[in-house]
Formats: sequence, structure tokens, C-alpha cells
Amino acid sequence: MTNTSESLDPLVIAEEWAAAGRSVALATVIDTWGSAPRPTGSHLVIDGDGNFHGSVSGGCVEGAVITEALDVIESGKARMLDFGVADETAWRVGLSCGGRIRVYVERLI
Amino acid sequence: MDRQILTKLNALRRARQAVILVSDLSGGADRLIVEGDPVDGPLADAVAFALRSGKSSAVDIEGQSLFLNVHLPPAQIVVIGAVHISQALAQMAVLAGFDIRIIDPRTAFATPERFDGVDLVADWPVEALKERPLDAYTALVAVTHDPKIDDFAIGEALKAGCFYVGALGSRKTHAGRLERLTREGQTEGDLARIRAPIGLPIGASSPAEIAVAILAEIIGALHGRDILSPKGDKQ
Repeated sequence: MTNTSESLDPLVIAEEWAAAGRSVALATVIDTWGSAPRPTGSHLVIDGDGNFHGSVSGGCVEGAVITEALDVIESGKARMLDFGVADETAWRVGLSCGGRIRVYVERLI
Repeated sequence: MDRQILTKLNALRRARQAVILVSDLSGGADRLIVEGDPVDGPLADAVAFALRSGKSSAVDIEGQSLFLNVHLPPAQIVVIGAVHISQALAQMAVLAGFDIRIIDPRTAFATPERFDGVDLVADWPVEALKERPLDAYTALVAVTHDPKIDDFAIGEALKAGCFYVGALGSRKTHAGRLERLTREGQTEGDLARIRAPIGLPIGASSPAEIAVAILAEIIGALHGRDILSPKGDKQ
């Protein structure tokens, strides 16, 4: 069961990290508009130390998602994040490709 | 998300079951829906769309904001017969996003020279399928013309609930095949699932054209499959 594709699967990693006693948050792409690099349903898994695996944007907004995920792990309260070039006031980071994405970040309990 | 749900989801994905994780974005409990599970009410249409298309999406249902993340196993094609059609089909299947495996015990046909870079097994289907069994996300294509090789694999495909079972041969050849498989204990309902003559009727004549007709029929079968039929009883 340790083939390469599975060992790189964020949902499998999330399960392993949780089983090892690490606090884990899961970020999921809920919606995409325009040219978004990762499709709806893509995952990024983050642990309480800021280690992460997977991708929600091809690298453009991962930093911001990880910061939010650490808060979500702390508070236990899920958050919905919006990223896009059209919405510069809400977020400093954006998608250079010009699309918009909505990302749901929740804690694994 | 609940850890137990995640563990169950991963186990289902490993077992090549189609499954949808329904997340309640307002913070309610998550839910797993496996292909074949009965789903009532307004969620049924959204679930059917997700299973047919493989596309995940956020939906609002009766004031509830839900996210349906659908996990379909990668569809694969198993071809019985390392013939000329299979050479063309192997290349086209990869382009269309399918994994493909070719099985043929006749070592003169199943040579690496004829199938460069293709997953090729030079063994009898009874042995090859023991190693890696067929399942609901497999299309079985039987094209050897030889009952000794084709029949066993077709029977296994019907038992495993393969989403597509196609066999080469004229109507007369097929009538003989149905007789043999009936004697093997296959039901009429299962036998009706065999597509024979194989491929969409597009007047295909060259091996490559026949491969197009087969691949198109497989794609149609994948997206038009009966997502309400219980998959658990086809093991």
C-alpha cells in the first residue's frame, strides 16, 4: 500500500499525521472562477507546526492558507477564505493567473 | 472533519469504490455516500451529477450549504487479446485518460515488440485476473475470438460488475458464446450486459477505427452507468 501516488495523497497524509497524534487542518478548494490552477476538491493538509502537504493553488496562496490553518487548529473553528485578484482589499496575496478561488479550512477532530 | 470519516473515506478509495464526502460548510456533521447507496430528496440529483461527472462542487440544498467532494477510482480497461485492435486501443486509451492492461496467453501475440510500453501479461486470464481482479471501475474488452481465452474473462467481468463488458464477434459467434456462458451459470440479465458485436456502430473497419468505436462505447458506458445499482454485491 505504499505506492508513490498514495504516499503523496493529502488525505492519506492527513490520516497518518492525525494517527501520529499531530493536530491537523485540512484546506479544500470549494469553488473556482476563471483560470484557477487547482481544481475544485483539491486539498492542502497542514499540521500544528506549519508543516504542509498538497496544494490548493499551485503555490500562490499557500502561505496565507497555512497561517489561517494554524488559527483554525488553535480555535477549532472552520473558516472560508476567498482569494482572487479582484478582491485586493480582503487579501494581500492573490492569484497571479487572474482567477478566484474559495478555500474551506477545517480542523480534523 | 471527523477522523473516523477520513479513515473510512481513505479505506473506500483504496478499495476502488466511488464515494462522495458531503461536508456541511456551516459546521454540521460530514457524511459519506458510496455509489449505489440510496439517496432521497433534493440531494439525490446533486449526488447523481457528481458520480456521473466526477466533478466536485458546492451546492445549496434547502438552505444548507454543502460541498460534495467526489472520489472516483481511476477507470481502467482490461483487454483480452494482444491483437491489432489492441495495439491501437492501447495508445488511444492512454490519451483518453484510462489505464490499460492487455492479457493474452499466446506468446506470439503478446510480445514487447508489438506493445512497447504497454502493461502486457502473457498468461491465461484465469491466472492474470487472480493476481489483479476486475472491479466495477474496469471495462473488459474481449477480442481474441477464442472461447478458451475470452469466455472465462467475460464471466469474471459480469461477476465483478464491470461497468463495460464488450466482446468481438459476429451475431452468430455471440449466440454460441451466450449458450456457453448460460451453461456456466450466468443469468440472462447479466448476459444482456455484454456489448456484442463490440463498439459503437460507426461503420468501423480498420483496427484503429474499431478501437475508436470500442473506446467511445466505453466512455459512454462509464458516464451512463447505473449509479444506483448496489456495488457491494458484485465482488
